[in-house]
Amino acid sequence: MLKRLLISRIRIDRRSIQNFDWLIFAVVVLITVLGIMTIFSATRPVLEKGQPSFYLRQTVWLVLSIAALFVSVSFDYRRLEGIAYHIFGAGLILLLVTVLLGHTGMGAQRWLRLGPVSFQPSEFFKVGLIVVAARYLSTRPSPLTASSLLTPVCLFGVVPFLLLYRQPDLGTAVVLTGILIVMLLAKGVQRRVLLIGGLIVVLSLPFAGSVVWEGLKEYQRNRLVAFIDPKVDPKGIGYQIEQSKITIGSGKVLGKGYLKGTQGPFRFLPERHTDFIFSVYSEEWGFIGSLFLIALYALLIMRGFETAYNAKDEFGTLLSIGICVMFLLYTTINIGMTMGLMPVVGIPLPFFSYGGTALLTNFVCVGLLINVRMRRFALFY
Amino acid sequence: MMEKKRPITLLVYLSISIFVIFLLRLWQLQVLKGSHYREQSERNRVRVFKIPAPRGIIYDRNGTALVKNAPYYIASLITDLPGWEINLTELSRLLQIPVERLSERILSHDGRTLEPIRLKEGLSFEEVARIEARRSDFPGLTIETEITREYPYGSTGAHLIGYLSLPTEAQLRKGMFSDLPEGTFVGQWGVEALYDGMLRGVPGRRYIEVDALGRQLRTLNVVAPQRGEDLWLNVDLKTQMAAEEAFRGRAGALMALDPRNGDLLALVSLPSFDPNLFVKGITPEEWERLQRHPGHPFLNRVFQSQYPPGSIFKIVTAIAALEEGVINQNFTVDCTGEIQVGIWKFRGWKEQGHGRVNLRKALVESCDIYFYEVGRLLGIDRIAKYAGALGLGVPPGVRLSTEKGGLIPSTSWKMKKKGRPWYLGETFNAAIGQGYVSVTPAQAALMISAIANGGEVYRPVLVKDQPEREPMAKLSLRPETIRQIREALVGVVEDPKGTGLAARSGLVRIAGKTGTAQVVKTDSGKDRTRKGRRYRDHAWFVAYAPAEDPRIAVAVFVEHGGHGGETAAPIARAVIEEYLGGDRAEKASD
Repeated sequence: MLKRLLISRIRIDRRSIQNFDWLIFAVVVLITVLGIMTIFSATRPVLEKGQPSFYLRQTVWLVLSIAALFVSVSFDYRRLEGIAYHIFGAGLILLLVTVLLGHTGMGAQRWLRLGPVSFQPSEFFKVGLIVVAARYLSTRPSPLTASSLLTPVCLFGVVPFLLLYRQPDLGTAVVLTGILIVMLLAKGVQRRVLLIGGLIVVLSLPFAGSVVWEGLKEYQRNRLVAFIDPKVDPKGIGYQIEQSKITIGSGKVLGKGYLKGTQGPFRFLPERHTDFIFSVYSEEWGFIGSLFLIALYALLIMRGFETAYNAKDEFGTLLSIGICVMFLLYTTINIGMTMGLMPVVGIPLPFFSYGGTALLTNFVCVGLLINVRMRRFALFY
Repeated sequence: MMEKKRPITLLVYLSISIFVIFLLRLWQLQVLKGSHYREQSERNRVRVFKIPAPRGIIYDRNGTALVKNAPYYIASLITDLPGWEINLTELSRLLQIPVERLSERILSHDGRTLEPIRLKEGLSFEEVARIEARRSDFPGLTIETEITREYPYGSTGAHLIGYLSLPTEAQLRKGMFSDLPEGTFVGQWGVEALYDGMLRGVPGRRYIEVDALGRQLRTLNVVAPQRGEDLWLNVDLKTQMAAEEAFRGRAGALMALDPRNGDLLALVSLPSFDPNLFVKGITPEEWERLQRHPGHPFLNRVFQSQYPPGSIFKIVTAIAALEEGVINQNFTVDCTGEIQVGIWKFRGWKEQGHGRVNLRKALVESCDIYFYEVGRLLGIDRIAKYAGALGLGVPPGVRLSTEKGGLIPSTSWKMKKKGRPWYLGETFNAAIGQGYVSVTPAQAALMISAIANGGEVYRPVLVKDQPEREPMAKLSLRPETIRQIREALVGVVEDPKGTGLAARSGLVRIAGKTGTAQVVKTDSGKDRTRKGRRYRDHAWFVAYAPAEDPRIAVAVFVEHGGHGGETAAPIARAVIEEYLGGDRAEKASD
């Protein structure tokens, strides 16, 4: 029994080696390594002795994440279909526990502490949401009718949104809503339903807007105001946007050189190794370096869409689309924010920002992409 | 089965558009505006600190420093730091300023300028130490340093040296000193103000790399401050001190010059003030007190007060008469104590009269009747001509303060000003330095200095080794005139009957002339002794020494000093003895 299992594993692995997407693997590892280098630079001390251990911890997380990636490649992704609702249920419970018990960081309850490790359940929850949405939508006829929309909108959309909004983790809530909407649209929605739905959204926008506004914390409102008019609060959030633009712009074409940036280590830039890490990288590597990094993200996302297109079943397609849209939204919002094109929403740059839970989740997602791609011809075996 | 080609194609196009927008934005930030942002990031991390320039020292003619430079500490707050916030209650306790005043100062600051907000100025050493110890608790709190003055001799020579202070609000409103960095001390008075540009120097700059918390990481560059130039004055501190001492608390003025070149040796205006009061910011109460002081300490009496010269003007009348040939050595007048013109009687100060009076006796005993007669012979316009040639009637132009010009009347002046012809009685008054005639103590000094050097009027020279030594006026006098006047002036001090006997010195032969300026006009010379102090006449004494080879000329004016011979003459003697005899006395004691 055990022997047969081992043999079958080895056989799978041998086939996998041929079809394993080494390119996408190399891209994300390269982005992560660049990220670790930038974390090192951004947190390097100027007066104190000793380099903070952020870069080391992120390296450890990278090793763990690579392992997790191979685990998520090792089984046939279709086996997720069966346990999709369990995963989602577990994710919801974790979110709920976080809201009730989680400890506060940066004015928001996002963290759950397990022994020495604290992690953000909302990161794990993302995967659960994508899997369950793909599972649900792949079993429904296309285009979606009003009745078949009710479950995903309420269960996968409204409930998690409220939980995340309560934390509050507005960034993740917005990204997850975005992922869900794109997946629904990709699946196809009846034109009549789409029109009515759109109308409802447009009409309820002012009302929902004021409710959301009322519910926002002070710092979140400041961010929105500052995005519209940075001069309102030059020392606060407007200052962050301005400093981020200074940081990026001062890199000029060729950059100041690795470990030569000043804006991050001298703390003119807030969140220098997390949300604003792209600015630090841009300052040191300039226009050329930024171009390279953006190209890597473009490659990752395009490759993901190609995987979605070539997937052998609808579950694989929707799963890949969900993951790619997640990467796209995160990248767009984060980089857009550092360039002053988007309001400051506290979300990290995938693979690049410091943060173990996010890195692990992202690698798992890439693993799933590779998994889908690897098994696109599986019908022939 | 879903239709997947269309949505995925749309998503690909969407992604491509997003990445293209990113590229365009990067191009804009890093390529088009890169230099601008590079500059901004430099400005972020490099903070420029001012290094105050030491001000030039002011020395007296013997190299004694009249001023000292002293550090001036200011507790300031830099607020352009990210996430800057400060505990006002704690800060108020540290600086010992009420919270309300503190927050008012911080809030009223124009947030756009990067200049630190000055919270408390003129800190003591203890305060500086206390603040330094707790700097890390208050990000943005710094100690700025300026250089200010200490005046070790206090009020001595205050009207000459002046003082330093921060520009006043009125000056700033007028746009003065707008080219100087905020908080630079400027000379406000006297030599400190007159030579401010030279003494001030150029502040240096220290470029320091700082982080966002305002912590100083390292010094990038230092531009050393340029020290202001030192200034050597002609004033002689010891003489100056002796002069002020000699006034014994009375109000008055004194100017001492070197008659050979116009070097200003001493300049006294009393009552004076302590310039140190202004340096650390004078309190409104103190300012009020000084402004209301009945003695007007801010008045520079040497240049700004004009009084009738009294009998010291007889020198001018005598010179005019001799030069014009109206009188000679043998000319005499019978003095009966009064002179009758038409129905008016003009009295001399001595009721019983001086008897037969020649020029020498008229000057030595200060006979008014003699000069009435001489005045009648000369006429006012000829007197005015010689007075003008001796520097009277126009401001000397030393620029140490505003200056009054005094008044030398003439027939045309009276016609223009009063619309009436000149009367003979007015000539009588003018001939003895009363009536319309008025001079400042500075002008009196210039006049006696010209007598001492034979007719050259030098503008008083404040600064040592100043090349510009052209006399501002020159009166060509016949040697015989000079000889007679000088002999008479020696007689004033040396002759037993001389009015200036109190100036007689055992050290040196002094020549001089007393004068008395009437405060209240009386028609008789009686009752003067009974007047209250406020109504007592002002006392004048002009002198030079040594009589045979003058090296110092001095004019003394004592407010309400009574007769010139009593109060003013001893002051002149003290000044002359200190200046000429200081060395000798020291040698004698060796």
